[in-house]
Amino acid sequence: MQAPVLEVEDLAVRFTRRGEQPTRAVDGVSFSVAPGETIGLVGESGCGKSVTSLAIMGLLPRRGVEVTGSVRFDGNDLVDAPDHVLRGLRGADMGMVFQDPLSSLNPTVPIGTQVTEVLLEHREMSKAEARDEATRLLDRVGIPDPGRRLKEYPHQLSGGMRQRALIAMALACAPRLLIADEPTTALDVTIQAQILELLRELVVDSGTALVMITHDLGVVAGLCDRVHVMYAGKIIETADRHDLFTRPRQPYTGGLLASVPRLDSTRGAPLTPIRGSARDAIPWSEGCAFAPRCDNAQDDCLTEVSGSTVPLVPDGPGRELRCRHPLEHPSAPSGATASGAAR
Amino acid sequence: MTAVPTAGQDDLLRVEDLKVHFPIRKGVFFDRTVGHVKAVDGVSLTVPRGATYGLVGESGCGKSTLGRAILRLEEPTSGRVLFDGTDVAALKGEPLRQMRQRMQMVFQDPLGSLDPRQNVESLLSEPLHAHGLGGGKAGIAEKIRGLLDAVGLPSAALRRYPHEFSGGQRQRIGIARAVALEPDLLIADEPVSALDVSVQAQVINLLEELQERLGLTYLVIAHDLAVVRHISDVVGVMYLGSLVEQAPADDLYEQPLHPYTRALMSAVPVPDPEVEEQRERILLAGDLPSPADPPSGCRFHTRCPWRQETRCDDEVPVLRELGPGRLVSCHWAEEIRDGVLHPRSPEEVLHAGIAVQPGAGGRARDDDPTPFLGRETPLPRAEQG
Repeated sequence: MQAPVLEVEDLAVRFTRRGEQPTRAVDGVSFSVAPGETIGLVGESGCGKSVTSLAIMGLLPRRGVEVTGSVRFDGNDLVDAPDHVLRGLRGADMGMVFQDPLSSLNPTVPIGTQVTEVLLEHREMSKAEARDEATRLLDRVGIPDPGRRLKEYPHQLSGGMRQRALIAMALACAPRLLIADEPTTALDVTIQAQILELLRELVVDSGTALVMITHDLGVVAGLCDRVHVMYAGKIIETADRHDLFTRPRQPYTGGLLASVPRLDSTRGAPLTPIRGSARDAIPWSEGCAFAPRCDNAQDDCLTEVSGSTVPLVPDGPGRELRCRHPLEHPSAPSGATASGAAR
Repeated sequence: MTAVPTAGQDDLLRVEDLKVHFPIRKGVFFDRTVGHVKAVDGVSLTVPRGATYGLVGESGCGKSTLGRAILRLEEPTSGRVLFDGTDVAALKGEPLRQMRQRMQMVFQDPLGSLDPRQNVESLLSEPLHAHGLGGGKAGIAEKIRGLLDAVGLPSAALRRYPHEFSGGQRQRIGIARAVALEPDLLIADEPVSALDVSVQAQVINLLEELQERLGLTYLVIAHDLAVVRHISDVVGVMYLGSLVEQAPADDLYEQPLHPYTRALMSAVPVPDPEVEEQRERILLAGDLPSPADPPSGCRFHTRCPWRQETRCDDEVPVLRELGPGRLVSCHWAEEIRDGVLHPRSPEEVLHAGIAVQPGAGGRARDDDPTPFLGRETPLPRAEQG
């Protein structure tokens, strides 16, 4: 395994407002990505996965936001890096693809100008060179007739094509790290399949490290090598995707898997939802945030043990878990579905 | 579509050759109609009493418009909608209003479909007042308590406003409001797509529970095939305004016959790495063509991985029966089913846009942007045509 491109350690983001309690959006998140590796950050709305990505890229506003911990890119810490250093890295060595392509593109500027801007800024190309390179990039992400598309405005492109254009921009300088924040959530399934196939190809071809942020467990199952499940700002389970889906240990992961209707499961069986909603979380300082919704919860989930809240501890080879009463999988029978095993 | 689904004994809803065309207007002084967006173009379907019909398709395929046209929230251009034997499309005024009491709708966005300035009590009593049901103050209060109980909300919710609830709870309010009038038919347009995964299952279970308890008939419109499969008895797949396949849910997922259905199903990610690695992946080229200028012949031919040199481009396929209860509109359905024809590989498709095949006449138009039609809206889940 190569040295990681990105190492995030104990990252915490607090939003402070005058006269109010600060909100801990991200709370002690650690992970790393190596070249050619795809990791997934999975969680539901409000779990802090997007804030994590913005903190890594240094895109959070300075005012009212406290970022602590360390984000090392190639060994250099980014959390306290000055703006001009970050600007040099973003777009060149680190690329990002956002969820909503229409609001990430400038509506008044043609696609071509937006793609070449990155090239002119970071690769010091001449305008003509940049234009050719932009054509090649659009071609690579599968946009038909790229020469014509370069002259068009974002509103003239379909959703899938806008997302491709955005990926082309993110790839313009062959970044070593690509963060994709829900890149397919706004797209139809057939278009989603195209984009995922494209991302898969890129990781294989160029050895880019990919951080995939999504709520869709299906996307994770097909794309990510390692998966980090987040809940209420903390990573609660980390595992290889095969382990995670066959033997989820955190009751939340198990609950998520059991509550998704699957195309390949037997029909008619009622789904087993997680009760309550993510709003019912308690602060981590008082125990496990998921405890109010958890079927396995016991009294000690809500108390501190030896001065610390529920810690993230190693749990077998390559796994980490934050839970005092995890799901047990006695013999892990082969072929057992995750949803079956979780119950 | 000429094929009419076989008439059952007790069909609550029959849609016959329904069309909804929206005019495209141009000109400042003279209101010229320069064309039509054929949102729904000849759909026939029947829903037996007590059953659930699932309608799937991507954004812009006309599934929401079809649902709205059945309720006459959209004026059909032609065709008939028979609800319990009465043609809804021909009703007017008071009879239509009364008919609507028996047909209710659950919307996708619960926050957008609930008045933010009404509390839950007022939201739930409004339909009862409007239709003169419930019998006086005490009766209505009693009924509302029963409704809240049925959808699993505490009675303390009565005095609260929509913004005070979570997404799942809001959808419960929307459902309570829809079942308040004890309708026969409930049309649910993307009832769970705005909700978090862990909450989706709660709402799906609630819908199933209510169906059993109240004997409801559902028409569920959704883009999520897994959700539709879970709750439907019969599933219809729509593409560019028409049904391309209809089958009992189990059969459809066991063996999809139409190329589009197969591609759709292969595109849905399954939360299981083993399955993901092994299953067949069929990629579709390009985007949905403009419904204002649909491709000739089979409307799917511009993206179909099984497209053949003959018939596909110039001959419109009809919805024909292929086995019991199975309707499909594809010239080559048998050959594709029997494995005589093979699809193009994902790699080929992914780069098909660059190496345009000779003779692929529809492709150029396929890529032609017609932005004002919003073939793919920036927020497709929020407001689908």
